[in-house]
Amino acid sequence: MKLAKSIEEIRSDFPILSTKAYGKPLVYLDNGATTQKPLQVIKLLEELYRTTNANVHRGVHYLSDMVSERYEAARETVRAFINAGAREEIIFTAGTTASINAVAFSFGERYVREGDEIVISGMEHHANIVPWQMLCERKKAKLKVIPFSDAGVLDLEAYRSLLSERTRIVAVTHVSNVLGTINPVKEIVAEAHRHGIPVLIDGAQGIQHGMVDVTDFDCDFYVFSGHKVYGPNGIGVLYGKAEVLNELPPYQGGGDMVANVTFEKTTYNVLPFKFEAGTTNFTGAIGLAAALDYISLLGREAVTEREQALLARATTGLSAIEGLRIYGTAPQKVSLISFLPGAIHQYDAGMILDKMGIAVRTGTHCAQPLMGRYGITGNIRASIAFYNTEDEVDALVKGVRKVTEMFA
Amino acid sequence: MTINEIQDQIIEEFAQFGDWMERYEYLIDLGRSLGPFDERHKTPEYLIEGCQSKVWLYPSFEEGIITFTADSDALITRGIVALLVRVFSGRTPAEIVDARIYFIEKIGLRENLSPTRSNGLLAMMKQMRLYALAYKTKQEHS
Ligand SMILES: Cc1ncc(COP(=O)(O)O)c(C=O)c1O
Repeated sequence: MKLAKSIEEIRSDFPILSTKAYGKPLVYLDNGATTQKPLQVIKLLEELYRTTNANVHRGVHYLSDMVSERYEAARETVRAFINAGAREEIIFTAGTTASINAVAFSFGERYVREGDEIVISGMEHHANIVPWQMLCERKKAKLKVIPFSDAGVLDLEAYRSLLSERTRIVAVTHVSNVLGTINPVKEIVAEAHRHGIPVLIDGAQGIQHGMVDVTDFDCDFYVFSGHKVYGPNGIGVLYGKAEVLNELPPYQGGGDMVANVTFEKTTYNVLPFKFEAGTTNFTGAIGLAAALDYISLLGREAVTEREQALLARATTGLSAIEGLRIYGTAPQKVSLISFLPGAIHQYDAGMILDKMGIAVRTGTHCAQPLMGRYGITGNIRASIAFYNTEDEVDALVKGVRKVTEMFA
Repeated sequence: MTINEIQDQIIEEFAQFGDWMERYEYLIDLGRSLGPFDERHKTPEYLIEGCQSKVWLYPSFEEGIITFTADSDALITRGIVALLVRVFSGRTPAEIVDARIYFIEKIGLRENLSPTRSNGLLAMMKQMRLYALAYKTKQEHS
């Protein structure tokens, strides 16, 4: 598969990539934290504020109609991108964290009782741990954790044995933000469904790298953030099966989510509005749709293919450095690599790489339990996007070599 | 030497380096040659937890003089720790409380003390002052 644009054209769509850091060309390899935005998104946001700003769903006037239409078109774009069954199954939120908290609260209120169990995995981001812990505390429920191997592969045998008649929900990440592992979500969902248990998939890292097909996964919830898929900040998605969402109580009250309000009783609006209280981030939603359109235009398979080639190059280059350990060597991985060069502290390495203009993430990556599993206080993560180049990958490898020399 | 004389001395030492690489190599050397830290003091009480690196700081107070020993798990942080110990250790509480620290900025390491870095260094400086304030109050009341 070939990308619809040349790499030079793609890079010129992302003006920030030509930044100089300390006088050197910036090598942006922190795409797992957030992705850069193409001009197609940046210009659109400006255009929206300039020409199409009014509150959605709240006016009969020209501008309000126009923006409401575009907002609903954005919902359709998201639906198509993740292959959801219906448009009203797409709820716009502030991001992954907001989506998970919404489900943990709403689902928790409806279904979780004392002594019940919630299953997550040992490779979760704090965003998919803490909301469930908070729920467990509220309801006196128990958190069960699926272990994983040194290579970073979930132990499905152990997973099966964790499911019981007390399990109310399973919440697992699609892709580990530290190990890069692509989890077998379809299998995980099927297993839970055999017991009638719904599943939430944290798609924060999954959405960026390839095929997300919620109909095929058959998951009950899939959540992600716009900023990690080349879209704006402060917008995210909560996908939920209509039959599941319809059973849940709203988690925030306010305007737009109601049908009828009297001081005696309020009835709620239908999906998706029931879960979109208050003025929504409609510019963000329309911007997100533009980002998804951009990826679709490039070709999603081609994007994945390019990222896999860059990943292979980085893995080969880094592996050749003596004493360097890579964390996460699952057979199915997205284009991110976590590593430590020998006994060198991640912060030391990160600081030197920064001075070379190379942006990587250092620390625990909001996954402290995972770090504990490997007995480390953190590591270095290089996360690669399709707009990165072979030269940038080589610069990383060279930079890490230099670091190992400096600290030898 | 006064605190400011030591700061000026450090600025002069760093002035001889051409580029950032040499500065950081020097910091790494400083980190390596930092005096030993008693492992028994690596307890939560003396730990200053940063998100990126950890710092341990142990004070002692004898005959009106504060002595600091310190350590870090990251080598560059340790190098900067060594500089801070050089400036602040062996001083009276009043000297530390009144000190204005300008050398970090002058040697181009300002970003290392930004609150968003969360490497324990800014908190370490604050902690040194807090110890000094506490010893000063103790002095005044004895
Ligand atoms: C796997 C995973 N889950 C959740 C999140 C949280 O995303 P956000 O901060 O956009 O809500 C992240 C982002 O770092 C992540 O990588």
